[in-house]
Parts: sequence; C-alpha cells; structure tokens
Amino acid sequence: MMVNIVIDGKKLEVEESTTILQAAQQLDINIPSLCYHPVLEPYAACRVCVVEVLVKGKTDVVTSCNNKVQEGMEIQTASERALRARKLNVEMLMARAPAAEPLKEIAKDLGIEKTRFEIEDPDEKCILCGLCVRACQDVVGAEAISFVERGKNRFVSPPYGEPSEACIGCTACAYFCPTDCITYEDIKGRKVIHSELHLGPETAIRVPIHQAVPMVPFIDEETCIHFKTGECKICAQVCPKDAVDHDQQDEILDLEVGSVILATGYKQFDASRIAPYGYGHLDNVLNGLEFERLVNASGPTGGKVKCANGEEPKAVGIVHCVGSRDENYNEYCSRVCCMYSLKFAHLLNEKTDAVVYDFYIDMRCFGKGYEEFYHRLLEEGTKFIRGRVSEITEVPLTPEEEGRLIIRVEDTLLGALRRIPVDMVILATGLEPSVDHNKIAKTFNISCTQDTFFLERHPKLAPASTFSDGIFLAGCCQSPKDIPDTVGQAGAAAAEALALADKGTFELEPITAVIDEDLCSGCQMCVNLCPFTAITYNKEKGISEINDALCKGCGTCVAACPSSASHQKHYRDEQIFAEIEGMLIE
Amino acid sequence: MSEKPKVAFYWCSSCGGCEESIIDLAEDILKVVEAVDIVFWPVAIDIKKKDVEAMPDGSIAVTFINGAIRMSEQAEMVKMLRRKSGLIVAHGSCSHLGGIPGLGNFWNKETIFNRSYHTTPSTENPDGTVPLESVIVEGEEMTLPAFWDTVKTLDQVIDVDYYLPGCAPPRDLILNALGAILEGKLPPKGSVLSPNKSLCDDCDRNESKPEKLEMLEIKRPWEILADPEICFLAQGIICMGPATRTGCGERCIIANMPCRGCFGPTDQVYDQGAKFLAALGSIIETNDEKEIEKIVDTIVDPAGTFYRFSLPSSILRRRRMEAIK
Repeated sequence: MMVNIVIDGKKLEVEESTTILQAAQQLDINIPSLCYHPVLEPYAACRVCVVEVLVKGKTDVVTSCNNKVQEGMEIQTASERALRARKLNVEMLMARAPAAEPLKEIAKDLGIEKTRFEIEDPDEKCILCGLCVRACQDVVGAEAISFVERGKNRFVSPPYGEPSEACIGCTACAYFCPTDCITYEDIKGRKVIHSELHLGPETAIRVPIHQAVPMVPFIDEETCIHFKTGECKICAQVCPKDAVDHDQQDEILDLEVGSVILATGYKQFDASRIAPYGYGHLDNVLNGLEFERLVNASGPTGGKVKCANGEEPKAVGIVHCVGSRDENYNEYCSRVCCMYSLKFAHLLNEKTDAVVYDFYIDMRCFGKGYEEFYHRLLEEGTKFIRGRVSEITEVPLTPEEEGRLIIRVEDTLLGALRRIPVDMVILATGLEPSVDHNKIAKTFNISCTQDTFFLERHPKLAPASTFSDGIFLAGCCQSPKDIPDTVGQAGAAAAEALALADKGTFELEPITAVIDEDLCSGCQMCVNLCPFTAITYNKEKGISEINDALCKGCGTCVAACPSSASHQKHYRDEQIFAEIEGMLIE
Repeated sequence: MSEKPKVAFYWCSSCGGCEESIIDLAEDILKVVEAVDIVFWPVAIDIKKKDVEAMPDGSIAVTFINGAIRMSEQAEMVKMLRRKSGLIVAHGSCSHLGGIPGLGNFWNKETIFNRSYHTTPSTENPDGTVPLESVIVEGEEMTLPAFWDTVKTLDQVIDVDYYLPGCAPPRDLILNALGAILEGKLPPKGSVLSPNKSLCDDCDRNESKPEKLEMLEIKRPWEILADPEICFLAQGIICMGPATRTGCGERCIIANMPCRGCFGPTDQVYDQGAKFLAALGSIIETNDEKEIEKIVDTIVDPAGTFYRFSLPSSILRRRRMEAIK
C-alpha cells in the first residue's frame, strides 16, 4: 500500500513499509546517521537521525532509521526541536567517542565545537552503535564478538577479551564500523594474505594475489560461512555491482579441439621432506616462493624483509639445491633455483643491511646475462660458500648463536666444517612434476620420463610435441625450465598446433602394431599395457584389436603377446631373426 | 599280404605315457587295427630291429615316434625308421619339443651320472660303478649306447613330417591325425596337428580376466585353494596358457590346475619360455625395481617352469656347457 507523506514541505508517495530515513533519501534529503546501514536491520543506537514528525495531530521526535512512514505524516528533518535533540545526542556521543571522525564531521555540520559532557577517553572511537556485532551475528553468523557489560562500561569484545576461535577473519566488522574503530591491518600488519603460503589468516572471499589473472576475487568454499550455514552472503549484499553469486557451480565443458597444448606446470618441492632443514617447524626457514611473496611489494609486509618477530634479519642464508641434485629426492637439476637464489641475494642486498650467505654446489648460470649477474652478486658482497648444508638448527653452542638459526655446512673450498648463525634461511626448493601428473599423462596418452616429467617426442628435434599427435608441451610440465625457455617452448608448441590446424590432417605412424585375428586368443595381456589405450578387447570376436589412429608403434604389446599374434609392421620376428643371422655370417 | 597301410610306433627317451595314449584309444584301437597293419611297436608286439631293417625303404606308411633323443641308439633307430617310413609323426611333447627329459639340458652327462649313480640318497654304490660305453669282460668287448650331453628333439635328428603335441597327446588329436593320414587329407608338411591359437582362446576362464590383469605376488598351486572359475593368472598362479597352443581340451584347467605348456608354442612363436616371460613381465604391476625383484624371487624354478617342455626346441637349446660345475 502506498501512503502520502510530506518531508520538509515536499510531498511524496511511498510504500508504507518505507522508513522515514529511506523516504528522505528518495528526496535527496540528508539525515545524518552513524549506525544505519542498508544491509542490516535498523537498530537506532546512535540516535543522530532523529526528526520531528506530525502525525494525526500529534508531534513527536523519533529516530528516522527504524520508524516507518504513516499516511499523512509530516516530517521535519531539521526543525528546531529535531536539531536540539540531535545536537544533544551528538554531544553525548562525543563525550563517549571523541576520536570518531564521522562524528566530528556531523558535529561540525551541526555547529557543535565541543561537548558539554565529561570526556573519559580522548582516543575512543567506538560509539557502541553495534553495527559490528550485528554484522558478525546476524549476517556472518560467526558470533565472534558481542557487547560486554552495561551502561557506560559497555564495550565490544570477543569473549573474555581473548582472540576468538569463532572469528573467520572476514573483516566484516571493520567494514561496517562507521568510525574506523575496528581495523584489520592490526592482525600482524597483514592485509591480503597468500592462501598457499600460510603466512596468516585470510578471508573466505579474496583476491588470491595481486598478480592474479584474472584479477578478481574468488570464494573459498572451505572457509566461507555461507557454505557452512547457508547464512551470511554479506559480500553479495555489499557488492555494488551484484557480481557475487554463491550459487555459481563448476561447469564441465566438452570442447572439440584439434590439438591440445599441455602447460600444467610443476609442484614446488616440499622442503619439510628434508627434516634436518627444519622447514615447517623453524619459524624463519622459508621456501623460495614464500620469500618471493615476502619480498613482493604487494606482499604481506609491503615488500619489507622481516623475520617472524617483525625485525629485519641481520644475516640471511640461501640454500641451493633443496630437493634437487640429491639422490635421496630428485637427481635432476631444477635449473631455475641458482638464478632465483641469486635474485634473492640481490634483493636482500638492496633492501636490507643483512649479510647474505649463499650455499651452493656449483653455480649454474647458463642463460643469457646470467653469468654477468652472478659476477655482479660477487661484487655486491654476497658470501658464497661452496658446500651442501647438512643441518639448520636453533640449538646454540656459543652466546652469539643464541636465538638464531645456525647453518651447519662443510665449506668444501676451505675444507672445513662451519657453523654460520643467521636470522633467516631461504631454501631454494626445486621443481617437481605437478600432483596429478600421471593422471594427465593417462588422459592425454602421453608418456613420462623416469623423473616423471612429460616425455617429449624427441629431445632435440621435437621438444614441444609428444608421441600423441596433436598433444604439445609447454613449460615445466616437460622439464624444469625458466621463463624465457618456457615462453620459447610455448611459442613453438602454439606454432605446431597452428600448423596442424592449417593443414587439417595429420600423418599416421607407418610403423604400428597389428594383431592377427587368426592368431589372437583373446588373452588380453596387451590391453592394459598399451600406453596409448589403442587396444580394446572385442568380446564378441574374443580377440583384442588395435586402433590404428592411436597406435604409436611403441611395440610394448608385441613384446608381451604370448602367442605372437601382435606384431610390429616392418619389425616382425622373422625379419629380426634374418637380421641377426645376417650379422652372424662370417 | 594285406593291402592295408603299414603303421609303426616307436619310443625313445620317454615315460611311456605316449604309449598309454595309444592304448587310451580303447575300443577305437580296434578300428585302427582294422584299417592298418601295425608292423612295429616294441611296447606291444615282438618285432626285432633286424625285422624292420629287412623291410623295404618307404614301406611303412607312417611311424609315430615318441620320446626325446638323448642316446646314440635312439638316433640310430629313428634314422632307420625315417628310411623305412613315408611319414614320420613326432608323437607327444618329448619328440616334439624335448619334453621333460629335455630339462636334462640344464646339465650334462657327467653331472647327471654323478647325481644318478653317486649322490642321490637312495644310491648304494660303494665301488662307484657307472655305465660305460665299452667294457671288456673275459676278453670280450661289451658295449652300451652312448649317453649324450644334450637331449634333442626328434626333428633335430631326422626330418619330421607332422607333430602331435601334448604330454601325452589327447585321443581326439591322435584319431584325427590317423584319420587325416588314412584319408590323405594332410595339412602342409611340418604342421603341428592342433589349432594354431593359444589356450586362452578355448579356456572357459578367459572371460573371468579382470579389466586390468596384474600380478603382485606369485603363488604355487598348492599354496592357495584356486577358484575354479577365475583365470589362474588373476589368482597369482603362473599359467602357461597364454603362451601355449590349444587343442588339449583344457584337461588341466578343468582339473583346476594351471597350464604347464605341454602343447608348446603357437607356430609364429620362436621361444615359448621367452614369450611367456615377456608376457609375465608385463603384468607384474610395479615399477619399483626392488619390488619387482621381490616378486620375481617368489618364482620357484623359473627355468623349469617356463621351459618345462620346450628347452631343447627353444632358442636356448641348453645351458652353456662351461657354465655347468
């Protein structure tokens, strides 16, 4: 039902459920308020929004945020009576929270210079409007904070003033606080936190990192309160563009394509596998990506290198070949670690006064300009120590080692065992195949090398293609490589894919395996051996059959076929025996 | 003299089972006798070597020879029978592939004699007497046939026309072969008279193979109660079926025992043992070398398992003499 009202002399027809404040907003009449937020139920706590109303012949001063309009209501937002009440309320609030900036502004607008009442705490900002408490309880559903005590002793706090486990770090309280009384930067000084690096708590909806592409937030269903209780959705309510959709589901799309470029990347070596290095239980032992994040200008410390206690390290050790070139973990060289370690050393030299120790086996500075960069580091004063670190410990032997990390290493150039105390250790963790590497290989019918990176068709002549036609490789999924090499290989892979698309056809391998129908007994030994899933068992005929388009002629089934029903074209047993016989003729 | 075709049977290094296989024809043997004249059959009729020598060359229509060739006398006899016969059929695994006696090729004369005449627990031979090829008794020389170091298949000694596989060959195959010979409906020379597919083709358990056939441990038949419906390989028991020619009527499988390979490989396979090893290697489901070693170590007597019947006919032929201590 619509009702007719008059606000400051202007007539208006509005829905009867409208509050006075909302009606005034429709006419662009500003009623100051502190505790009103469209997302939350009105609470009328600050009482700054008071107005004078005339309804059914009676006048009254009421809060506009929670009182609804009535038929024939006449409202004066700035009548003498309303202003007097508002001024009094603001003055009382000023006594309570003199440091609250928005309150000062309203006071200024109302012509109040100072409060008549006694100020208890000149730094107080909280006006006890309860927006934060209601956001936490009604919207988020976390119930981590509430009002404590009563009357003039009232304040907002988690239970017993302790950090609350119920807090999910969503920062909704800070968002709603009208006086900036709650700030979330206070949480160890970190705002946006990298989810994978465990450098602190994080919100359920967030932008993963500032370099993310696309640069949009995502919702982590594991921590989002909405996916636990069905409540909250506060992010959707405050989003001015209505961009947040909690009902969005993962979609599985079937795309028909002619070729696929695999660029599935790598997994960082888990440094906690090397127990003596203490990664995971020693505070200031970081892996490569963690330091990268720490030193990043948009990182948790704004790019300042800080130890866990917030202080700048006086000495930093960088340990090369963590999980690489080590027969206990991975025998191969991860190729990128030497150079990123040197970059770290350079950044440390540039940003801190720390002494930088660099523990290496040998320097692999193979790329363009890399050797020069190494020489620059030598001149910058980085202390290079040749030797593999045996242990990182916090057990001191001397007073100067007290409270520090001690790197134990054999300096192979000095021929001596050394203990080097530092404040931070960066482990140059190597590269490993991604977690679902084997699954991907199976899906795309490609092979893996012994260290399980994807196998290219030829190490020199076809480094971007695989034995499966139309499947190409780019980047670390094929082997560890740096950015220039990856970009180069990706370009090559894209060009090969385009060439294939342009041609529209592809050539089959001439040397494939064939199963002789008359000889196959259907024993099915071959079916699961085929790395290209080219063999199927035909139940009707009771034999196994090879799909010519999929067979790459690897010969696995030929070797395994116990009745020699499967044979390789051009490499039949008779031919091989004839060759052997030929060789044995004197 | 009758006009019936003449047939001979002879045995070499064998157990006698192949002779049994003829007797196993039961009343059908009467039909055989009706159709042919058996002119030589040492196990059943008393005809001497000299009687056969007296027969004209090529007068015997077909001679069935069972047993492997491991002694000079056997070689001499089969060479003579070759001359007298139109067709020679290698009867049974031993003459076809070498058979169980062929496992002697992992040793030589010296080691076999040492074992037989000296070291077996049941041997009582205080004088250390061993058989000699020639011995002078009261001025007279007495001779014995020579015992060879190496067991040979029949076709390594004489030309063989057909092969009847099996240890021993089943009666159906024997009857079919006889019928074909009598009716002159003969396959190309050198054929093995049994279908050229492996046993899995006929095996009732083939459909029970799991989608991914894999072996994580290897069991011998006595170690488990084998499920009579499920493929032996899927149960961890080595079954030579995939690498063995069919035609036997799956006698062993029906008796819930795995195939031991007596029919030998199919035509296109050069080496039954090696072929089976390649197949077995491909279904051992691990890539870890130590794990593989552990699994392979559970195979008791691998050479005797994979080459149980086929060692003399395989590419290996025998163990290198210099490797025998």
